[in-house]
This record gives sequence, structure tokens and C-alpha cells, in this order.
Amino acid sequence: MYQHTRLTSNKFDFFQKFKNFDYLLLFCILLLGFISLATMYSTDGGEILFHTKSHFIKLIIFTLMMVVISFINIKFWFSIGYLFYVVVVGLLVWTYLFGIKSSGSQRWMDLYFINLQPSELMKICIILCLAKYFHRMKIENVNSIYTILTSLIIILIPMGLVIVQPDLGTALLIVVSGVVVLWFAGINHKYFIYTILGFLISLPFIISFLKPYQKLRVLTFLNPDRDPLGAGYQIIQSKIAVGSGGIFGKGFLKGTQSYLEFLPEKHTDFIFTLFSEEFGFVGSTFLLIIYAIVIYRIVAIGAISRSFFAKLFCYGFAAAIFVYITINMSMVLGLLPIVGSPLPILSYGGSSMLATMIGFGVVMSAKVHSQQSIA
Amino acid sequence: MIDQSQNVTRLNSMNRRMFMLAAAKIVILGGIVSRLFFLQIKENKKYLTLSDKNRIREWKLPPVRGEFLDYFGNIIAGNYEAYQLHVIPEQVENFKYTINRIKNILDLSDKQFQKIIKKKKEIKPWETLIVADNLSWQNFSKINNQLYDLNGVKPIISISRNYPYKENYTHVLGYVSQANEKDILTNEVLEQKFVQGLKVGKIGLEKSFENELIGDNSIERYEVNAYGRRINQLAFQKGNKGKTIKLTIDTEVQKLANQLLLDKAGSICVMDIFTGQIIAMQSAPSFDPNAFVFGISQDEWQLIRNNPMKPLVNKSLSGNYSPGSTIKPIVALSALENGIINKNFTVNCRGHKHPLELYGQTYHCWKKEGHGFMSLRNAMKQSCDTYFYEVARKLGVDRLSETAKKFGLGEEVFGDLFNIEKKGLVPNTQWKKNALGTGWLLGETIITGIGQGYIQTTPVQLCLMTAQIANGGYKIYPQIVADKELRDQPNDKYSQLYKNSKNIKLIQDAMFASTNEVMGTSYRSRINDPKYQFAGKTGTAQVKKITKKDRELDLKTFQIPYEERDHALYVAFGPYKNPRYALSILVEHGGNGSTTAAPMAKELFKLIIDRQSLRDSINNKKYLEI
Repeated sequence: MYQHTRLTSNKFDFFQKFKNFDYLLLFCILLLGFISLATMYSTDGGEILFHTKSHFIKLIIFTLMMVVISFINIKFWFSIGYLFYVVVVGLLVWTYLFGIKSSGSQRWMDLYFINLQPSELMKICIILCLAKYFHRMKIENVNSIYTILTSLIIILIPMGLVIVQPDLGTALLIVVSGVVVLWFAGINHKYFIYTILGFLISLPFIISFLKPYQKLRVLTFLNPDRDPLGAGYQIIQSKIAVGSGGIFGKGFLKGTQSYLEFLPEKHTDFIFTLFSEEFGFVGSTFLLIIYAIVIYRIVAIGAISRSFFAKLFCYGFAAAIFVYITINMSMVLGLLPIVGSPLPILSYGGSSMLATMIGFGVVMSAKVHSQQSIA
Repeated sequence: MIDQSQNVTRLNSMNRRMFMLAAAKIVILGGIVSRLFFLQIKENKKYLTLSDKNRIREWKLPPVRGEFLDYFGNIIAGNYEAYQLHVIPEQVENFKYTINRIKNILDLSDKQFQKIIKKKKEIKPWETLIVADNLSWQNFSKINNQLYDLNGVKPIISISRNYPYKENYTHVLGYVSQANEKDILTNEVLEQKFVQGLKVGKIGLEKSFENELIGDNSIERYEVNAYGRRINQLAFQKGNKGKTIKLTIDTEVQKLANQLLLDKAGSICVMDIFTGQIIAMQSAPSFDPNAFVFGISQDEWQLIRNNPMKPLVNKSLSGNYSPGSTIKPIVALSALENGIINKNFTVNCRGHKHPLELYGQTYHCWKKEGHGFMSLRNAMKQSCDTYFYEVARKLGVDRLSETAKKFGLGEEVFGDLFNIEKKGLVPNTQWKKNALGTGWLLGETIITGIGQGYIQTTPVQLCLMTAQIANGGYKIYPQIVADKELRDQPNDKYSQLYKNSKNIKLIQDAMFASTNEVMGTSYRSRINDPKYQFAGKTGTAQVKKITKKDRELDLKTFQIPYEERDHALYVAFGPYKNPRYALSILVEHGGNGSTTAAPMAKELFKLIIDRQSLRDSINNKKYLEI
């Protein structure tokens, strides 16, 4: 086995790497990119305006970046796992101290050419970091108190930093991404069960700590008609948009709900609403199938990877992507309260796309270097 | 080296957990798809409706009001284009600035300006604020030139009411004005069709036929965005104009009636004695109804309201007057019909020295010297009061009131058509007992015989009474609207009102004598040409009891203060040979029926009869069209 690895690594040239690319995954990503561009064009009212242009440029840059990342050996990504985590935590601290305030929360840092949202990056690097942490872990050490405490600290530090921004949605996604890796790493089921039970018991206390607008969101979710023009407006209008789409939708650029500005945040969190209104049940299901293929490919890449790091990362990333999608869709379909969570690739937003593309890049790197074992 | 067996267990555990998670993912994805299915397919209709409700909003425009035509098709209440200025406060960026600009451009007074500010506070920000409702062309074009600076200000050409004959038709048609809360609450149709600036009928036929006249709103359907801004027009549904209503009135006669009553207070009614069509009905003084369309100014209103001649009262319909001697044909007819007298019944009128005396009360004839021996025809001709005192005494009030009611006194002539119409009063013993609780006195019967006392009639009732005598004693229903579908069709039309047609003939003949024979009270107003010859009865109704002193003074009309002068009345029909029209004339405080009221009849009959062939030709044409 060792020898085999050496033999192949010698011949590992540029074209070999190209050959090893997962073209189905790449195709799906490009297709999602195309769909997102078309949808963005529709949100601009059928014109190429700021959002479309900006989204297009980001899409090009970040896709190229993903390709570059995939050419770099998986070993490298393994080696910078902790560093990456520490840097992003540093950025979160920086954001906490000097970040840009907008609409009541401090989530952004000004990098002069781009406004970066470090919490989005954290969604990826927590997976990277924990995958590295558990890579060499002996099975008997996995469930030791020391390991569990360390991994919890790894998760809780960024969670705390994001909650104070405040950005509950992203904090939740960071925690879920981390916990999923712990799950794959083999931490005993009972801990998860205890945590869930503990969470349920402490729920009333948590609610009492929620900010008024967050409480309102929960109440509104439970009954959107409570205040149809206020807090319930988003959910109601979103449901109207999706529901009025019907089987085949109202047609590209013909979504009245979005065109007439009834939809809030249609570029970002509610992009699926617009898509669903214009393309209907058929289009929405098609989109879900593409996402399902993406997730399936990531899991498959994980399965053929030799290293535990790659496996953990792929499984974790696939689960995270899945969670992003479900939370976003459930939110716009009125199944969950409104938490700020973008739809991967489709939603407008540079940081989110950057993080997602880094994730895809690392997964692709794992595919390209699938036979690579990490010492 | 890595421990192989340990790796295998880790791998197994990882794969097992992967499968568990994959299964969960599939279930959750299924959940999302089924949610999509539920929203987009099962509930699609509901959300589609909600989405349309979101994006489509309707704007109602004021309906175009139906017109009024006279009998010859001339427009007597029409529509014209008024230049208006509308502002939707919501769409104005800086309301204070804009409204001040408008104030400067239109040169509004502070009072008008305050009124607009007040109105703005009363309406919702997305409702239309009508800043000016009848701009001159000059101001309208000035505003149009400044529009670039006036966001949200809309110059609008709106259809508005116009009364081309001004004061001539005021009391028949009434007028329209801005709808107020009461108008809307009392009329469901108005409630539905209400838009800012809607004008509704306030009185007269404009009010009576409100629901026929109003028409349907035009509807503009717009697609709007979430902020209510109109994006584009989806549909324009043109509303129907209200019904055009043709009246039976002849504008020329109406104008003459108006002229005759100029500077007087009173009423003229002219009626076709067979069809009951009103040819003219004017109450004076009148006023220009156009002043009300855009809201009358306070000063103008006070001037109308405080005028002692009461221009706001429609005297033809809601003026209750003692009929005076104009009741005598009915008294005589009643006595004849009941067999109390015959045409040869004679009474000696001996003048003021020997008045009729009953229980210490004296009853004087109007003629100081007395008329001497009077038969029925002579008594009618010279309007001898003494004769009718005696007839009334013999007849009794109950039989008199029965005949009077039969001929249309004591009840509304037009039924429910005009809500201001008064019933008048035809007293009898029963009525007095019920209303006043005391018994009827004989003296009251005596003065009822000359149309004084409790008895009260409206001019249009007197006209109807005369018409029914003139047509030979057949019941007619007066009508003012020519369209058949807009009025009731009573089935006792032309029912017989007399027992013996000879009695009607006697009365007609007596009225002829009164106008066309020497000594007749209206002899001076006669027309000898048989084509125009008419027959009538004068009346002079006292508004105040004549005292002994008054009688001794024997003042001329102009020497008496205006409010104490007698009302002058005249009822007539013509042409005598072949009667067709009846009229009643009343001049408040006009002094004497024969000198004030009767001469008007002469001019009226000339015009009416001259226009008869024209009127008939309209009728014939109508049949040809069918």
C-alpha cells in the first residue's frame, strides 16, 4: 500500500489531476451558479444591474479559486486546519471590536475591496479544524472527557463570538457543522441524546435570554397572522409567492410577488421564494435534485477517500450543506422561524459563497488526491 | 504504523453513522418536497388569489350622472367638464411646500387655504384631496405649466353638474352637491359608489331619482407594488352613465312662469287636465342651483337663507295656504252633488251693514255694498261670500271635506316623489276632535265655505282640483316624469269623481262667467279669442283676521305692511270650448286675486295654447318611432 502510493505520487502531474476531477460535482456547481445568475437577473427586474454584475464577478472568481484549491494537495489543507481556525477566530474578534455595524448587528469587517463576514468562513473552518483534530485520534480516546471538552471549546469559542454580533442563525449553523463532525468522529450517541434533552429542558431559560426581536420571530413563526403587516409579513408574503407559483410557475421574470417588491430580502435569504414563484413545483424539485446530487457526490468522495481527515471533512461538509439548504427552505416555506441563513451558491453574498467554494475546493482536492494518505 | 483493526472499527462506525444521517436527509428532503407540493399544488388557488389581491388594486372614478330633459328634449340638468386639481398627500414629498406653491399659483385666500389644510387632516394619506374643484381655464393652464415642480399634484378634467336654465328649474330639480356622511349612510347605492368628490342630489328630483341618475363608477384596475405605487394599468372598465330622465315640463312655459313671478313670492303650476302632465311648476323666489354644485359660499348661503321671501321653500309643493275663494267651486259642487242646493238657490247679500250673524259672530262679504240676490252662477262669478256662508252652513263641513278630498285636496299630489311635499289640510269634525280635542263649531264651517280657517292647500293641489273639474270630473294622477317606467301606474285613473255630470258643467259654466262676463272677478284678465278663452276663479286669502277697524279703514293693498297683505290666488282652465290645461297661481301677499294673480293666467294661457301643437307633435312623433 505504501509502495503503491509512492508509485502513483511520482506520476502525479497536472493532467492526472485534471482527470481525477469530479466532473459531475463540477457540473452541478456550475449549473447552480448559472441558476443563481438567472435568478439574480430576475431580482434586478430583468435587467443587468448591481446585484447581477456583482454576483457574476464573485461567481467567476470563487469558481476559479475552487479549481485552484482542488489542485493543491489535501495534505496542505490538513496541515493548515488549525491555523485557518485561529485566523478566522482572530477575524471574529476583530469584527467584534472594529466591525461594521449595519441594521443592528456587527457582522462585517471592511477589507477595503470587499466586506467580509468572518462568521460565514467559520462555518467551513470549524469542519476543517475538527476533522484535523479527530484525524489521528485513537478510538478509545474519542470519548474521553478531555477530547469532548476540547472539541466543545473549539465549537463554543466561535459560537460565542457570533452570538454577540448578534447573529443567531449563523451561530446555529456553526454549531451544527461542528457537532456533525463530532458525530462522524464517533462520539457516543448518549452524549448527543443528553445534549438534546438538556437543550429541551433549558429551552425556557434560553427563550428568556432571547432578544425581543428574536422572540418575536419565534412567536411569528408559530402564528404568522398575528401581525400580518409587521413581523409576520415576511413569512406570509413568502408563502404567497411560493404557493402562487403552482406546478410550472409564473415564468421567468414574471414573478409578481418579487417584481412588485412584496418579497423581503429577495436577493439573499429569500432567493428560493423568487425561484419557486417563477419556476413552480417542477423547478423547485429540480433545484432540490441538483442539491441532492451535490450532497451525494460529496459523500461519495468522502467514501473513496483514504484519509480520515478527508472523510470527516467530506461527510461533515455534506451534512452542513444539507443543513443550510433545509434550514433556508424550511424558513421560506414557513416550517421554521426566520433565521438568517443563506442558500448555498444561490443567495447573494460574497462571504457565504467564498466559504462554500472553499469547502467545494477542499472536497475536490480530496477527490483529486483521494489516494493520498496523510501521515 | 496505523493500527489496521482500529481503523476498520472507526471506518465501520463512521459508515454506519453516515447511513443513519443519509436516511434522515432523505426523510427531511421528502418533507420539504411535500411542503412544496402542499403550497404549490394543493393550496395553489388560495395563494394565487392572495397574490392577485396583493398586486391588483381597483380605483373607482366618479360615475357620470344622468341628465334631465324637458318635454322637448332640451337638457335642463346636464354635465360639463370642470377643471379640478387633485392631490394625493401620500405621493407628495413635501406637502407643505407643494400646497404653498399651489396657494401662490391659484392665489387662494387664507380662508380657502385653511379649509384645504383641514380637509387634508380628515382624509387618509392615500385618499384624494380635492384642492380646487372648479378652476378657471386660466388657472388650470397655470398649474399645468408648473407641474414639473408639483409632484403628486394632478390636474383633472372632471364631469360636473350644470343647470343651464339656472333658477328656472331649481324647485323642480333641486341641486347636487358634495355627498356628506348622512347621504351615504341613508343610501346603500351611494355607499357602494362613493368616491371622493362625488356629487349627489340634495333635494328635488335630483334626490328622488338619485339611484337612477347616479350611473356606474368607471373602474381602473392597476397593478401595484408592495408600497401601493401604481406600476401599470391592467384594465379600464368604463362605467355606464346614469339614466337620462325626461320631464313633462315645457321650458318656455316654465321660463314665463319664472318671469311672471319675478320679485314676488309665490307659485305657478300648469297641468295637462287629461294626462296630468305638469307643464310648468315654479316657485318664487328661486335661486341659481349651480352655486351649490361646488359648495356655496357662506355669504351667498346666508343671503338665500335669510331672504324673507323664503327662496328655499318650494311653495308649489310645500306651501300650505288657505285656498280662499278658489275653494268655492268645490263648495258649490259638493252642495249640488249632495242635493243641498240647485242652480237656482238664491241668497240675498246685503253688504257690511247687514252681515250674516251667528251666535254673536258676524260674517262679512268682501263687498261693502253687498251683492243683492245671488244665484249660484252669479255668486261664483262675483265670488259672493255671503252666498257661500249660507251654502256651507247647509252643507256641513263633513260633506264638504269628502268632496274636497275626492278632488285631490288634503293629500300629496305626487305621492312619495318629493319628500318635501306637504299634504295640506281638509278639516272635518272627526279631524278636529282627534287633533285638537274640541268639537267642531258652526262658525268654522261657515269660514271653510270661503276657504279660510283650518283648511289648507298647496298650489299644486289647487291646480289638480281645477284640472279635475275641467276634464269633466275624472281622476287624474299628475306626473312630472315623462318616462313611464319611472312612475307608478295607478289603476283608478280616469275614475269618475261626480254623481251627476250636469253639476260639473254648472261649475265650469260659473267659472266661465267669472272670467268672461261683466262683473266677473277676473273679467279684466279675459281673452275673447275662443282659441285662448279660459275660465277661472280668483281667490284672496287673508293671512290675518280682518278687524272692525280694518274694515272701516278700507286700506289699499300697498298701504298694508307686506306680511299682512292677503295672498292672491287664481285657478283656471282653458281653452274653455275644448279644455286642455289647468293652472293655479299664488302670489304671497299679492293683495288681490283678481288684480295680481289673474292677469298672469292670461299671459300663460296665450303661450301654453300657442305651444300646444308643438307639444302634440312630440307626442305623435313618439308613436311613429314605435
